[in-house]
Amino acid sequence: MLELKNVSYSAANEQGTKEIINNISLTLNERFVALTGPNGGGKSTLAKLIAGIYIPTSGQIIFDGTDITNMTITERANLGISYAFQQPVRFKGLTVKDLITLASGNKKLSMSEACAYLSEVGLCAHDYIDREINASLSGGELKRIEIAMTMARGTSLTLFDEPEAGIDLWSFGNLIAVFEKMHHQTRGTMLIISHQERILNIADRVIVIADGKITKDGSKEEVLGDLLTNSTCSVLTDKLTK
Amino acid sequence: MSLDKIQQDLLEKVTDLHEIPAGAYNIRANGTSAGRNTTANIDIVTKEDKNGIDIIIKPNTKSESVHIPVILSQSGLKETVYNDFFIGENAVVTIIAGCGIHNGGSEKSEHSGIHSFHIGKNAKVKYIEKHYGSGDGNGERVMNPQTVIEIEEGGRMEMETAQIKGVDSTDRSTTAVLADKATLVIREKLMTHGNQFAKTDFTVDLNGIDCGADIVSRSVAKDNSNQIFYSCINGNNKSSGHTECDAIIMDSASVSAIPKITANHTEASLIHEAAIGKIAGEQLIKLMTLGLTEQEAEEQIISGFLR
Repeated sequence: MLELKNVSYSAANEQGTKEIINNISLTLNERFVALTGPNGGGKSTLAKLIAGIYIPTSGQIIFDGTDITNMTITERANLGISYAFQQPVRFKGLTVKDLITLASGNKKLSMSEACAYLSEVGLCAHDYIDREINASLSGGELKRIEIAMTMARGTSLTLFDEPEAGIDLWSFGNLIAVFEKMHHQTRGTMLIISHQERILNIADRVIVIADGKITKDGSKEEVLGDLLTNSTCSVLTDKLTK
Repeated sequence: MSLDKIQQDLLEKVTDLHEIPAGAYNIRANGTSAGRNTTANIDIVTKEDKNGIDIIIKPNTKSESVHIPVILSQSGLKETVYNDFFIGENAVVTIIAGCGIHNGGSEKSEHSGIHSFHIGKNAKVKYIEKHYGSGDGNGERVMNPQTVIEIEEGGRMEMETAQIKGVDSTDRSTTAVLADKATLVIREKLMTHGNQFAKTDFTVDLNGIDCGADIVSRSVAKDNSNQIFYSCINGNNKSSGHTECDAIIMDSASVSAIPKITANHTEASLIHEAAIGKIAGEQLIKLMTLGLTEQEAEEQIISGFLR
């Protein structure tokens, strides 16, 4: 279970400091929680605060009963937090197998175990397992490998930052199937930042963040119904009525 | 052949050998021959006029190997060794060289190996050399390898050269001249630390029609070490050349990359690439989110980069 207590985060910019996350309090223990909202609203920042990439300016983060507010990225990872980046990182020389092995924490991970994770995300393991994580892989391939790494980790909390970004239309259906399966199988919590209605649709809970604050939080029916009928279209309806 | 523990360790580091190799070999330890074997197709002859050996590989030799490691464990030893390789037409061979210096004393130990390759028509050579230094004495460990390559029509040479640890100073020079349809592929891996200095200098003349060279160097410079990379490709005929230097810089190290490509023919197609930078912060963060410490992440990134 993850608990955020009055978490705020400010970062320096040209004008001084800007508050990116503004006093957010939140408890997560559902299996599949979607985080959505406008670009620049603070979703990725919130995920980075949970993973330890940023440290809150104020407030507390409690994970499975432990205060992790000032813990390093490594310590949080070892406690059971995984983070799939929005833009996966490339490494010259390290192979797909290397990263999946590191992610699994099992230095003796067998080839067939490593390949099984790749197959789960729709990659032909034989073609990818020895490939370098370099510029020869497309953005969509890297995203799938990133998801396979979180599966290999199998932690109690996994953060996904826009897993659909960079995935082509043809693969998108498969990606949804992967998340449906993970939703079914996970024993922990998945927090997914997404703009995709099909991902929001399989969520147990949808949280909307805008201007660093939670603006809506509830079941997908409550939040999505509201979004689709009011907020999303308000810009358009405003224009139409003028 | 008898080698002590230190010498055996050096041998293993530079050749990956745990025991006497199969096939032809010549092991040079502290300036003298510590063992030699020849085969029906590969002869090794001691030079009469200077230090070194001639390695003669008969035409049409198929898939044989030659090991010629050099190990120095006596502090203060300085030597220059000339090894000439004559590779007959259509031969296919793997040559494993390498030099390991253990200097436990305070005097400078230095090995300069001058290797000349005469590669016959359509012969294919894979040449692997590793350089390694160890020992906690104050004495410097210096290696200055020179490689001189001539490739005749249709011949091919792949050279893998690695210097990962313990060599205080190195000045590495490689020159090559390629005839028609000859190919040269070089992969260099280099890591320097402490106050080490490494200079690499490649010069390739693409003289033949449809010949080609591909030179890629990856290096890591740590602490106060200093690296200079020169790579010069001259396209003198219809040919292709590519040179690339990719370096990771850390701590207070410095790295210079100076590629030079010259086309003396309108059909010469030449490319150079050079990049120097520190380890990207996002690479460290990614590996830390997998549970590695920052130092473990750094080690993984470097070992992958130099693989």
